[in-house]
Amino acid sequence: MNLLGNLSWAAIPFDQPIIMGATAFMGLLVAFVLGWITYRRAWPYLWNEWITSVDHKRIGVMYMILGLLMLLRGFSDAIMMRAQQAIAAGGAQGYLPPEHFDQIFSAHGTIMIFFVAMTLVIGLMNYLLPLLLGVRDVAFPTLNSVSFWLTASAVLLTNISLFIGEYSKAGWMGYPPLAELQFSPGVGVDYYLWALQISGIGTLLSGVNFVTTILKLRAPGMGLMRMPVFCWTALASNLLIVAVFPVLTATYAMLLLDRYLGFHFFTIEAGGNPMMYVNLFWIWGHPEVYILVLPAFGVFSEVSATFSGKPMFGYRSMVAASMVICLLSMTVWLHHFFTMGASANINGFFGIMSMVIGIPTGVKIFNWLFTMYGGRVRFTVPVLWTLGFMVTFVLGGLTGVLLAVPPVDWQVHNSVFLIAHFHHVIIPGVLFGIFAGYDYWFPKAFGFKLDEKWGKRAFWCWFIGFHLAFMPLYIAGLDGMTRRMQHYDNLEWQPYLIVAAIGAGIILVGILCQAIQLVVSVRDREHNRDLTGDPWNGRTLEWSTTSPPPAWNFAVLPQVTDKDAFWLAKRHPKAPRRNYRAIELPKNTSLGFVTAFFASIGGFALIWHIWWLALASLLGVFLATLAFAFRKHDEFEVHADELEQFDRDHPAGVAA
Amino acid sequence: MNMAVEFNTLRAAAPPSVSEAGPASKRTVAGFGFWVYLLSDIVMFSALFATYAVLSHATAGGPGGNLLFRQGGVALETACLLASSYTCGLMSMAANARRRSAFYLGAIVTFALGAVFLGLELREFSDMIARGATPQGSAFLSAFFTLVGCHGLHVAVGLMWLAVMGAQVAVRGFEGAVDRRLLCFSLFWHALDIVWVAVFTFVYLMGVHA
Repeated sequence: MNLLGNLSWAAIPFDQPIIMGATAFMGLLVAFVLGWITYRRAWPYLWNEWITSVDHKRIGVMYMILGLLMLLRGFSDAIMMRAQQAIAAGGAQGYLPPEHFDQIFSAHGTIMIFFVAMTLVIGLMNYLLPLLLGVRDVAFPTLNSVSFWLTASAVLLTNISLFIGEYSKAGWMGYPPLAELQFSPGVGVDYYLWALQISGIGTLLSGVNFVTTILKLRAPGMGLMRMPVFCWTALASNLLIVAVFPVLTATYAMLLLDRYLGFHFFTIEAGGNPMMYVNLFWIWGHPEVYILVLPAFGVFSEVSATFSGKPMFGYRSMVAASMVICLLSMTVWLHHFFTMGASANINGFFGIMSMVIGIPTGVKIFNWLFTMYGGRVRFTVPVLWTLGFMVTFVLGGLTGVLLAVPPVDWQVHNSVFLIAHFHHVIIPGVLFGIFAGYDYWFPKAFGFKLDEKWGKRAFWCWFIGFHLAFMPLYIAGLDGMTRRMQHYDNLEWQPYLIVAAIGAGIILVGILCQAIQLVVSVRDREHNRDLTGDPWNGRTLEWSTTSPPPAWNFAVLPQVTDKDAFWLAKRHPKAPRRNYRAIELPKNTSLGFVTAFFASIGGFALIWHIWWLALASLLGVFLATLAFAFRKHDEFEVHADELEQFDRDHPAGVAA
Repeated sequence: MNMAVEFNTLRAAAPPSVSEAGPASKRTVAGFGFWVYLLSDIVMFSALFATYAVLSHATAGGPGGNLLFRQGGVALETACLLASSYTCGLMSMAANARRRSAFYLGAIVTFALGAVFLGLELREFSDMIARGATPQGSAFLSAFFTLVGCHGLHVAVGLMWLAVMGAQVAVRGFEGAVDRRLLCFSLFWHALDIVWVAVFTFVYLMGVHA
C-alpha cells in the first residue's frame, strides 16, 4: 500500500526541455505575483474583498481575469501547433515529438472551450445580469462564489498536468476507445476527466443560478418582454446549461467508471459501445456551442443599439429567434458524426435540422443590420468587433451549411476544413463578442474607459490575423489534409500552413495590443475617468448607477415602464423622489474557496489513486458545507442614511 | 412624437402583470431554483436511462435481467420509498405548523424507511455480485449498477441531508433559512420517488420479460 498512490518522481518530465521551460516560466510568474502581493501586504484586502466575496460584480471580474489568463495559455498551444505544422513537412519532423503534440491539441481544445470561452461568457453574465435586470445580486450569491472557485480549481488541475504527469492525448472530446484505460493507460485522460467534472459542477450551478435570477429577480415593472436582449440570450444560454451539462457529467462519470472500476460502457469488449459516448458527448456538445454564442449575440445586440442611438430593431423577433435556437440546438447533434453509419434518413433529418437552425441566426443578423441602418453609428471599438463579427460569422455560418449536407460532410469529415469552419464561427461569434463586451462594459466595472487607439489596433490584428490563419485551412482541408497531424508528407499543403502560421503571429500581435491597451488605459485612467456612470449614452439600467457600481448596485430599485428603461428615464426625467430604506446584503464567506481547495486536492488524489486523500477531501467539503449551514448570520444591513449619503456623493446618472 | 413613448403611456395605464411585480420572495426564489436544479438532475438520470436502454441487451453472454431480478425485494423497496414520501409530506406539514415533535416523528420515520430502502438495495446488489453478476461482467450490468446505484447514492445523500436538517431544527429552530432548506429537502425526496418509479418500470418490470 503506497501512501502516494501512483505518484513518483518519474511523473515529472525532467527530460523534456520545452515542458520544463514552460513550467519554470509559469512557476516564476506565479512566484512573482505571490511575492508582490506579500510585499504590498495585500493579502487581507484580497481575502476580504475578492476571494471570499459573494458580490456578483467581483465574481464576474474574477471570471474574466481567469478566462483572459487561460486565453494566453490556450493561445500558446495554438501558436506551437501552427509553428510545428508550418515546418514538419516531408522529411522534417519539426520540434514537437508526437506524444507532446497530441497533448497540445487536446489541451488547446479543452482550455479554449471550457476555460476561456465558457469562463469569459459566464463572467460577463455574472457581471451584467443583475445590473441589466435592475436588482442587487444573483439569486444565490454564495453558490455563485462556489461556482467560480470550482472553475478555478479545474483550471489549476489542468495546469498542474503540465508539470506532474501528462495531459490527455485523446483530443478535447476524449473519444473512447482511445480514451479507455486499454489505449490511454497514463494519467492524461484522468486529468482531463476530473478537471472537467469539477468545472462542470460549477457551470451547472451557475446555470441554475442565472435561470432563477432572470425568471424570479427583476426590477419592478420589468416584465419579460421589457428585458434587455442580453438577458433573453443569457436565459436561452442558461436553460441550455441546465438541460445539457448533466448529460456531460453522466457521460464523463461512465467513462471514469470504465477507467477506474473496469466497467464496460464504452469499451470494445463485453458489449460496450463507444458510439454511445460520441452521441452523449454531442448531445451536450452541440448545445454547448449555442451556450457560448448566445450571450455574445446579446452583447452585439446591446452594442449595436447603444452605438446606433436606436432601439433594437425587431425586439420580438430577436427574443423568438433566441428561444428557437435554444430548442433547435438539441436536434442537430448527429451532424458531428455523419460518418457513424446511421441510415440515410437519420443523416438526412439531422442535415436538414442543421440547415434550419441557420434561419433564426440569419434573423438576428438582419436585426443587427437594421438596428444600425439609419442610425448615427459611432465607430467605437465595440462596434468594430460587432461589424467584424457580422462579416466573418456569416461566411463561417455558410461553411457550416455546407458541412450540414451529409455527402459533403463525408468528404471533409475530420479534415482541417472542419477546423477552419468551427474556428470561423467560434472566434468571431464568441471571442469577438466577449472583446466587444469587454471594451463596452469596462468603464462600468472600473470607472474609466479603455484606450481607443490600441483597441482598434488589436481589432485589426485579430481580424486580419484570423483570416490569414484559417482561410488557408479550408483549402488544405479540401485537398485532403486531416486534422491533428504532427507531421505530413504532402508538400503541397505546406504553403497554406505557413500562411496560417503567419496569421497566428498577427493574432499574437493583436493580443499584445490588448495587453498594451490595458496598461496604457490604467496609466491614463485619470484622463479617461467616467464620472457620469453613462459614458456611451446607454439605454439599459446598468448605466443608471455609478461606475463602478456600489455593492448594492441600486440604492432604490428602479421602476421600469418599458424596454430601454434608462433611455426613457433620460428623456423624461422625473424629480428624484427617492425613498431610501435599509437593505440587507449577503455576508462574505470562504465556503467557495474552501470547497475548491478540497476539490483540487481531491481531484489530484483521484488522478493519482491516492484514495485516503480523496476521502479526506470529500470529508473536508462536507464539513465546510456543514459549518456554513450552521452559520448564525447570513446577512448584514446597510442603513438608509448610508445609501442616501452615497447617492449624494456620487450623483451619477438619472434616477430611473 | 415617438411611437415607443405613445405605447409606453398606454401600457402604463394597464394593471401590472405578475411578471412586472418585482423581485420574488426568498422562499419562492429558493424553491424555484431548487426545482431548476432537480430538472438538471432528472436530465442526468435520463442520460443514464438512455444508456441503459441501449445497453440492456448487451449481456456479453452473461445473465440478463430476467434471470437476475427478484420482484419480491424490489416491491418491498418500492413500498418503503413511496411510504417515505408520504411521511415526508407529513413532516413538511408539521414544520409549516411549527409542531416540533410531529416534525421529528415524521423525520425519523422518513429516515428509517429510506434506510430500509437503501439496505434492501445493497442486499440486492451484494446478492447479484455473489452470484457472479458484477458490474464488470457486461455492458448491461455496468449500466444497471450505475443507473440504480446513482439513484441509491441520491437516497444516501438525502438521508445525510435529513439528519443535518434534524440538527438544524434543534439548533436554529424553524426560521427563514431552515424553512427554505426543509422545502428543498422535501422537493428532493419526492423527486427521488419519481425517478424510482421510472427505474421500477423500465428496469425491473420491463426487465423480467426480456
